[in-house]
Formats: sequence, structure tokens, C-alpha cells
Amino acid sequence: MSRLQFDVAHLLAGGMLVLSFALLYQDRIIAVINVFALQAIALSLSVAWQALVQNAPHLLVTAAIALVVKGFVVPFFLQRIVRALQIHRGIEQVIGAGPTMLTGLGLVALSILLVQPVGEVSIYVREDLAFALAVILLGLLLMITRRNAVTQVIGFMSLENGLVLAATGAKGMPLVVEISVAFSILIAFIVFGVFVFRMRERFDTVDVSALDRFRGERRDVA
Amino acid sequence: MTRDLVVQFLAQGAQMTLVLLIAPLAVGVVRRVKARLMRRQGPPLLQAYLDLAKLLRKESVIAEGASWLFRSAPYLIFALTWVAAALVPSFASGLMFNWAADVVALVALLGAARALLALAGMDVGTSFGGIGSSREMMIATLAEPAMMLIVLTLAIAAGTTRLAGVADFFIAEPFAVRVSMALSLIALVIVALAENARIPVDNPATHLELTMVHEAMVLEYSGRHLAVIEAAAALKLVLYFSLIVCLFVPFGIAGPDAGIPAFGLGVLAYLAKLLGLAVLLPIGETSVAKMRVFRYPLFVGSAFAAAALAVFLLFVSKGF
Repeated sequence: MSRLQFDVAHLLAGGMLVLSFALLYQDRIIAVINVFALQAIALSLSVAWQALVQNAPHLLVTAAIALVVKGFVVPFFLQRIVRALQIHRGIEQVIGAGPTMLTGLGLVALSILLVQPVGEVSIYVREDLAFALAVILLGLLLMITRRNAVTQVIGFMSLENGLVLAATGAKGMPLVVEISVAFSILIAFIVFGVFVFRMRERFDTVDVSALDRFRGERRDVA
Repeated sequence: MTRDLVVQFLAQGAQMTLVLLIAPLAVGVVRRVKARLMRRQGPPLLQAYLDLAKLLRKESVIAEGASWLFRSAPYLIFALTWVAAALVPSFASGLMFNWAADVVALVALLGAARALLALAGMDVGTSFGGIGSSREMMIATLAEPAMMLIVLTLAIAAGTTRLAGVADFFIAEPFAVRVSMALSLIALVIVALAENARIPVDNPATHLELTMVHEAMVLEYSGRHLAVIEAAAALKLVLYFSLIVCLFVPFGIAGPDAGIPAFGLGVLAYLAKLLGLAVLLPIGETSVAKMRVFRYPLFVGSAFAAAALAVFLLFVSKGF
């Protein structure tokens, strides 16, 4: 892999990581959705670049799926859900953005340290794995630091972006696996959508702490 | 050899006078462009010089109970800032004092100047000065770690923290897309905005407002003391401009063994780059709103995050 190819791949994967941090930084739900769409577009560019570099045309299909489904369709429907629920104002956070970002930096360091011992592979694969692992962990962090069900869905989808990034960096990932992953994500998204609406109907809120109260945990919260 | 020394000495002297002379002009350009963007006429470009001349002629009123610190701080701040600004390679990298032009030394010089300014702000005992000093220190505690991480990024990438060495390294390197450099540029821009009291963090044009930081600290100064402080602030702006230019757009800087013509070209390139930044800064400033004080930690903290990310990325691509 030449220097320029390496640099562009580094740029796109690094861009995804930066956008993960932007997701943690944002505290408005519409902005979170927009940043997620940007991350999906960065993912599709990264996958398309891999398709060129690895000379693997089937990756272009993955890139197209990422671009259309996650870059446009999912954000569009999320925006509609948010408008329909009229929650396009602030988002509640369990902990503030500052500590969250610091934790995120710690997670990035952790993923780099974890990937470091993976020897015997080219530096590119190792780097790609480190980026992907970091994006996955940041997605998880977004899911656990937000109470709003819609933001949690975005954390989940962002986590899946990391999975796709990891998968496409490694050579020889069969298309059928990717399509099935994308399909299961779509199903999960539909389930989430139904869940969010049901929750709204039942509790008049999309704050998941309402579920804890409903189950009888955390009685102290009014 | 002696000729070399003379040339180096002259170049260093030229740089020292150059930064001092153009600093008010840079401020004038920034103010003018900002005024035009707001559809105002704006002051003439040389207004900053006239202001300084006027202030130098005026009597300096010193509050009752002001200590020696209040009187000597402006000169010390000016001296520290001038030394720092003279160390950043602007048009040539082979200057006489370039062995001392270390980023860590630069941070230390600016930190000393800031500490003096904060002390002077509290010296007279007005409430505004106290507010300004405490806020300045809060911003500093957030911005300095970010600055040190930027230094670390450069040290890993170029193998040195000497500014001239970094500039030479990036001139010699073939062009490449570097994410970590882009991230540290973002971090440095945020740090520069915070340190120079520019708009998302502080409003340089405001006077008597509860949110001001720099103006609150220097509120008690007048006459020649104020002139010296204003000159130091202008120098600091030019210093950060030069730092960004030297680290991230080093093209056109004359190399270590360059002659007089290369110096001339270097000066022209430097002035052009400075002008570019002096136009970009007010454009950025007019397109964002001033932040609430409680948002500063998040904003300046994002510089820290970006710089830390840059270090991590560099670690990944360079290996341990």
C-alpha cells in the first residue's frame, strides 16, 4: 500500500473517530442525528476507498448500503420520529459532556493498547482495527451516557459503523456476511422505532429511566 | 564564518523589529476587516499606531494602594511577549537564537506573562480585575494542557520541539495528508482564540461588560502602561499567527543557509500568510456568537480532546 493510499485511509478512519467524539460532544438531538449521518458518509467513503485499494468491487456495494441507508434513510426517519415526538430540544445526559469526552479519550487509548500486541499484521490493518475498536467503544459510551431512547439508538448505529469499518479493513470479508449484518441492523432499527413509539404511548416520555421505575427499581425517583 | 554570524545576528534583529512593527498593523487589519463585515466603515489601518502614540503621551493614572507590581507588570509582560514573539521563526529558520526557540520555552514565557497580568489585575483590588484574573486563570488551566499536547504531537512527528527544526522538517517532507496534524491545527486554533481573547471566548471590542476577561484585567491601566499592555496584546496575536504559519504552512521560510534574496522572499511570504490569517480571523469571529462563561471548559476542553486524539493517532501510525 503506497503512502498516499495509507494517508487517505488514515484520514477517513480518523475522521470517523473524530465524528464519534462530535456525537459525544453534541447535546441537541437534531445535531446528534446530523453528525451520525456525517459519520455514515465518512464510513461509506472509507469503504469505497478500501474497495479501490484492495481491488474488491463488492465493497462498493457495502459502501452504497452505508451511504444510502445510514447516511440518508435512517437519519431522515430519525428526524421524523423526533419531530413526531416533539423532543427536538435538549437531551438528558447521565454525566456531562466533559467527563464523557475524557472517558472517550481513555477508551481510545485503551483500544490502541489492546490492538498493539496484535503482531504479524501490516501496520495498516492494526491501525484500522484500533480505529474501529475505538468507534465501537465510543458508540457503547454514547449508549450508556444518554437516557434518551433515540440517542441510544444512534449510539447503537454508530457502534455498527465501527463494526463495518473493522470488517472492511481486513481482507476477504464475504459480501453475504456484510449484507446480513446490514439487514439485522435494519431490523434492529425497526424494533427500536416500534419500541420508542410504544414507550412514548405508555409513559409519555422517551427517557429510559421511566422503564426502571415501571419495573419497580429505583423507587426513590419520583 | 564571521560573515555567517553577522548575517544570523542581523536576521534575528530584523525579525525582532519586524514582529514589533507589524503587530499594530495586524490588529488594524483585523479590526478593519471585522468592521467591513459588519458593514461599518471601520478605523483606518494605522489607527492602532496612532492609539499607541496617543496613550504614550498621556498621563498614567495609578490607583491608590497600587504596589510596585502594578507599575512594573506592563513592562515585564511586554518584554516576555516580545521575546516569545521574536523566537518564533517567521521568515527564516536559521536565526541566531533558534536553538532557544523551543515550543516548551515559548509556553513558559507566555505562562509567565499571563501570571504577571493576572497578578496585576488583582493588585488594585477592584472586583472587575479579580473576575478577569480568575477567568484568565481558568482559561489558562484548560488551554495549557492542550498546548503541551500539541507540542507533544509535533515532537513525535518531527523528532524535535525546536520550532525551526519542525519547520525545516515539514518543508523537507513530501506533501502528505496528515490527520494528526489537522487535529493539532484545530486544537492550536482554539487555544489561540482563547489565549488572545477573541470572540467565542472573549470579546476584544467590549468595554465594561460582565463577561469580559482581558479587558477586565487591564481596566485600571491608563497612559503609557496601557500602551505597553496593548502593544503586548498585539504582539501576542502576531505570535500566534506566526506559530500557526510556522508549524502548519512553513512554505517560503528561508532555510538555515539561505542568503539575502531568500530572506526577502521569506519576508514577503510571511507577510502574505499573516495577511491571510488576519482576514480569516474576523471572518471566523463574525460567524460565531460569544459563548457563555460556563461553556468555556467544554470549548477549550475540545482543543484538549483534539490534541490528545492527534497524539493517539500519531502513536498508531508510528508504532510505539
